[in-house]
Amino acid sequence: MRKISSLALVLTTAAILSACSSTPIKENTPPPVVERPATGQAPAQSDTRTVAPVETKSLDPLDDPKGVLANRSVYFDYDSYSVRADGRPVVENHSAYLAKNKSRQILIQGNTDDRGGSEYNLALGQKRAEAVRRAMTTLGVSESQIEAVSLGKEKPKASGTDEAARAENRRADIVYK
Amino acid sequence: MKTNFKHVILYAGLSIAATMGSAQAQMRIEISGAGSNQIPVAVAGFANEGVAPHTVSAIIKADLERSGAFKIIDAGVISDVNNVDYSGWKAKGADALVVGTVNAMADGRYDVRYKLYDTVKQSQISNLDKAVTAQFTRLSAHLIADDVYFKLTGVRGAFSTRISYVKQEGRSYQLMIADADGEGEQLALRSNEPIISPSWSPDGTKVAYVSFEQKKPVVYVQNLITRARTVVANEKGNNSAPSWSPAGNKLAVALSKDGHTQVYTVNADGSGLRRVSNSNGIDTEPQFSADGQSIYFTSDRSGGPQIYRMSANGGDAKRVTFSGTYNTSPRISSDGKTLAYISRRDGNFQLYVQDLGSGQETRLSDTTSDESPSFAPNGKYIMYATTAGSRKSLAVVSVDGRVKQRLTTQAGNIKEPTWGPFMQ
Repeated sequence: MRKISSLALVLTTAAILSACSSTPIKENTPPPVVERPATGQAPAQSDTRTVAPVETKSLDPLDDPKGVLANRSVYFDYDSYSVRADGRPVVENHSAYLAKNKSRQILIQGNTDDRGGSEYNLALGQKRAEAVRRAMTTLGVSESQIEAVSLGKEKPKASGTDEAARAENRRADIVYK
Repeated sequence: MKTNFKHVILYAGLSIAATMGSAQAQMRIEISGAGSNQIPVAVAGFANEGVAPHTVSAIIKADLERSGAFKIIDAGVISDVNNVDYSGWKAKGADALVVGTVNAMADGRYDVRYKLYDTVKQSQISNLDKAVTAQFTRLSAHLIADDVYFKLTGVRGAFSTRISYVKQEGRSYQLMIADADGEGEQLALRSNEPIISPSWSPDGTKVAYVSFEQKKPVVYVQNLITRARTVVANEKGNNSAPSWSPAGNKLAVALSKDGHTQVYTVNADGSGLRRVSNSNGIDTEPQFSADGQSIYFTSDRSGGPQIYRMSANGGDAKRVTFSGTYNTSPRISSDGKTLAYISRRDGNFQLYVQDLGSGQETRLSDTTSDESPSFAPNGKYIMYATTAGSRKSLAVVSVDGRVKQRLTTQAGNIKEPTWGPFMQ
């Protein structure tokens, strides 16, 4: 990188000098041959001011795709609005994270299957989001970090009308703001 | 606007064949059934109507036919609108005759004139004269159909009213405004997130709705003319189910700010929020009664969802529906006598009406996934969303259940219909 940058600087300086100079350039001077590096990452040769950023690996467990916080869905039984046993770990893991990270805020979006009217389903989805919200506040998460809302039946994750699709849609999702 | 037909200039000898409007129909309408007492009406092609962009007489015929209240007799084109052969039309079975003319005016507008004759009493019973720009020739035809309907049935026609609905194609949601027959569709709002529960202001210039563009349901009021949008309710939690007070100054909404969904009222500018229902469960889908004194709503206080009525100021609620374990989406007719709602019976969600005087209920649909009923402003028809095949479509049924129409589009789903008010 350093070599390329120096070369770029030389060339730029030469270009500026030639542009400023009133003396005509000698016709017989052969044009300089420049070998370009194969990588596309290097800035354009005339650009010495663009900074190529480097990022360290995130230490936030929220960003670990294999971590426990990657699971953000809590499922519900038909016509049920209480958190099932299989949803408890999801609620607990996110509650622990939020209790430690007071600046993080979440939306809990409740969802329903496709049966019935839009508005009543919106209220039913809200009951699911509310069940998750209550469970989290009892685990020490501040009210100000959580908003329980509903998408009702408007944004189904599974599009079918069979029982498997409907079970997938009876769900509350934890969405970090 | 009304002028005496004595001054109508006759275009003798002009008999341009009526050509169908060139604009492609955005919706296809299928009609089934017929009213119990169809009035036979002859509708003539309007003299010279080919000059206008829409065939006025064809729109009038379609409106009257769709209503189920009339048996339409084709009368060809009648150019001499002042001298009609009463006995001849009576002999052909027509109790009434509709004739008219369309003329291009020097300023580019069209002069649409019509006369309605009673062939039994042998007299003219109505006339209208409208000078309209090209885009309003459809409207002039709907207004004539409204007049015919009113003069012959005694009930105000609703053909010139408009409807609003949501069109969904993939992840694109569009709030549309169209004529009551599904024609003349106009886009009001496009979003990549769901839009539900549109509700017309009583003057027909604004629509309140729920938009999910902020990742949660928020209630907006949109002025259809100026595009101005007002956030009416964006409290913590859900904000949904807007419905206007008859005076147009307030809305009832359903909010979950207290942890569970309850009914509130709010001024149309978003101020003066006030909780009016009080239960430990779900109270939603508020609807003002026609006199503005009561609010009907859906509540699960007895277990499953049922419809209740309370004062618009809150207080005790009276249960209104008792049959079945799932009754939602109350809508009240403009005369306050009929309740339309969706009831689940044997796993099917179907449109029902209840006579609020007698408590008698009637099922009006034979489909299985009905939603979002809404009355025509004259109380004679109910529009609702249903599923045809795998697609969501709209249907209209007369409150006596005899006349049924289904409106389908060529692609996508149409849902969340709501019938607009009479316009000034």
